[in-house]
Amino acid sequence: MSPQSLLGLLPYLVAGWLFLIGLYGIVTSRNLIHTVVSLSVVQSSTYVLLLTVGFRAGATAPVFSDIAPGAIVVDPLVQALALTDVVVGATVSALLLALAVQSHKRSGTLDPDQLRTLSG
Amino acid sequence: MPATALTPVIIGLPIGMAAVLAALGARLPRRVLDATATATAATVTVLAVLLLVATSQGRVVAWAGGWTPHQGVSVGIALVADPFGAGLAVVAAVLSTAVLVFSWRYFQAVEVFFHALVLVFLAAMCGFVLTGDLFDMFVWFELMSAIAYALTGYQIEQAQPLQGAVNFGITNSIGAFATLLGITLLYGRTGALTFAALGATLTGAHPDAVIVVSMALILTGFLVKAAVVPFHFWTADAEAVAPSPVCALFSGIMVELGIYAVARIYWTVYAPVLPVSALRGPLLGFGVLTAVLGAVMCLAQRHIKRLLAFSTISHVGLFLIGVALLSPAGLAGTAVYVLGQAGVKAALFLLAGVIALRLGSVSERDLHGRGRDMPLTAALTIIGGLALAGLPPFATALGKAITEDAAASAGLGWLVAVFIAASSLTGAAVLRMAARVFFGLGAPATAHPIQRSDDRSDDRSDDRSDDRSDDRSDDRSDVVGDDGEQDSGEAEEPSPARAPRTMLIPPVVLLAAALALGMLPGLPATMGVVAAGFTDQPFYAAQVLALPLPGHAALPAPVDWFTTSSLVYGLLSVALAVLIAAAAVLRTRLPGWAVAVADAGRPALRGLRALHSGHIGDYVAWLLVGVVSLGAALGVALR
Repeated sequence: MSPQSLLGLLPYLVAGWLFLIGLYGIVTSRNLIHTVVSLSVVQSSTYVLLLTVGFRAGATAPVFSDIAPGAIVVDPLVQALALTDVVVGATVSALLLALAVQSHKRSGTLDPDQLRTLSG
Repeated sequence: MPATALTPVIIGLPIGMAAVLAALGARLPRRVLDATATATAATVTVLAVLLLVATSQGRVVAWAGGWTPHQGVSVGIALVADPFGAGLAVVAAVLSTAVLVFSWRYFQAVEVFFHALVLVFLAAMCGFVLTGDLFDMFVWFELMSAIAYALTGYQIEQAQPLQGAVNFGITNSIGAFATLLGITLLYGRTGALTFAALGATLTGAHPDAVIVVSMALILTGFLVKAAVVPFHFWTADAEAVAPSPVCALFSGIMVELGIYAVARIYWTVYAPVLPVSALRGPLLGFGVLTAVLGAVMCLAQRHIKRLLAFSTISHVGLFLIGVALLSPAGLAGTAVYVLGQAGVKAALFLLAGVIALRLGSVSERDLHGRGRDMPLTAALTIIGGLALAGLPPFATALGKAITEDAAASAGLGWLVAVFIAASSLTGAAVLRMAARVFFGLGAPATAHPIQRSDDRSDDRSDDRSDDRSDDRSDDRSDVVGDDGEQDSGEAEEPSPARAPRTMLIPPVVLLAAALALGMLPGLPATMGVVAAGFTDQPFYAAQVLALPLPGHAALPAPVDWFTTSSLVYGLLSVALAVLIAAAAVLRTRLPGWAVAVADAGRPALRGLRALHSGHIGDYVAWLLVGVVSLGAALGVALR
């Protein structure tokens, strides 16, 4: 495999690594705030993958007001998707953090090991 | 109003009304708030019915912003209504209306946000079933999920709903991110996002690793939402603690939408590239596992809402089996089954809400014999239990019969046993609960000599065996109030002399609808036509992209109404359900060998219960196991 194609593979490996390390963080978490942040790490894998898929070597940003017509640009669609993804992620993180804070008020702990009132 | 204008209005109207209510609601009297929200949901119901009627003439395609396709290519986002999509929108709107009516008297002090959340939830579900675009589907999925987390944790003054919401939120978010990764891979491969263009691009492609991995990742999010084992753990936690009317929406329609997404995505995107043989085995495996595990766990519950949640999981397994047959007949049967189950399960959850309001608990052990003066609630619960077990002519029985026939004609006759087992066990659990709560039958579970000796000999994990789980709730009664009882705080009055009429009408109407649908002899044939259209990918792509239609459309699936054999299977399920319920109630009087058989299964059951640990880390580990096994199963099946 040539160095170029290895380099091209790197973003995919990074995305996969972020997804898995985020999951590892959630599985081993001892604090709900840490759990929610780990979830954000999982989500950042989607940003990396989206931008990778739309990347073109030598291309510029798709802002058509300051570039010559016909210039090569990266795919603007995935950037729109990534923006949507960011909005979704912010909403979900805010909601989960609010639930975690409220949970701490009610139960006095953020440790999932001590928050096992639901089971069976 | 032209039919193409209906689709955006169905989605936009509830969102707009939710915004108005959220802005003005604090100044409006409660009655105005209730009336406005209910009227909005009812209006959406009418519009969705109009759309359903319009789809009988062909798909209703609306391109957002007027970005219509030219020569089969479009950069726009499509809303595509076909009979299944529009029908599910009707179900969502009917259930939302019923839930809002039920909530008039259910909540003592309800913030305006409850009404606004239910309306946005309805809009998100409608958007999800009416979209023709894969990324759009993800966005509606996330909106639906975020609202669902908020509704689960609605009672923020109690600890348990918060934990249920956190477990629900984290597992579902991970599923959604997996779906997004899959969508991204598929977009990188095809450059398309609308279902129609994706299917057209993939026609004739080689099913390589990117396609298989993208399918496994995309399905993950929807299988999490559908509560398919081993992605199901959030379901019981969330539905045990969410307000009962919210559970009615979750179990009645939300989790079923996950199954809908699996069918929609396979038939419009992957059908041209992945053969039926590649997908059938993996999906059947997940379906059978879900149906059986859900049914066993359902019978083992003593918390009424948790019991109903596991019955939903079991039925979702049956739906997945129906979809996994990947035939129009299997799809037609599943559609009827989903319709019937929506009415029956939503009614049962609302009845659980009535029990919680009247008696201040939803623990079967606490309530032993305390429901004697609730004849109407008792009768409706028993009818619901029988319908769940598959009593003809309820639509649940009809859907089950059609799917069983489809399985048998696909050479998979053994699946009939899974259908009978799952429906009879879940029906039995509800009937047993009704017998104990409303008639005080059987010994109160606390004074059970056999179990006592059993439990003393083992360690702490034994507390999870059988009905011991409620004992642990007693230990923390200081934290959550009444025996871990989540509903007690939300009720209007601690125990009104009788349940308000507005709380009993919705379950009656929903059960009656489930019965009426099963009694329509024309329904199966119609579903056969609709299902054939649903599975015809070339026709779908041509209709959406405004290309010349293929010369011949798919032939309608031959689907019968109740036949003699399906009636026999239905009655057999019901008879088994009644027998199992009777055996569970009268355990002390069973002969020795029967007790021995029941005890033999206890260690396995204890292990299963231990898996449902309430620990988010465990759930996420299982989710990862599920993703890997799904991908591996697809890969092996394609070899």
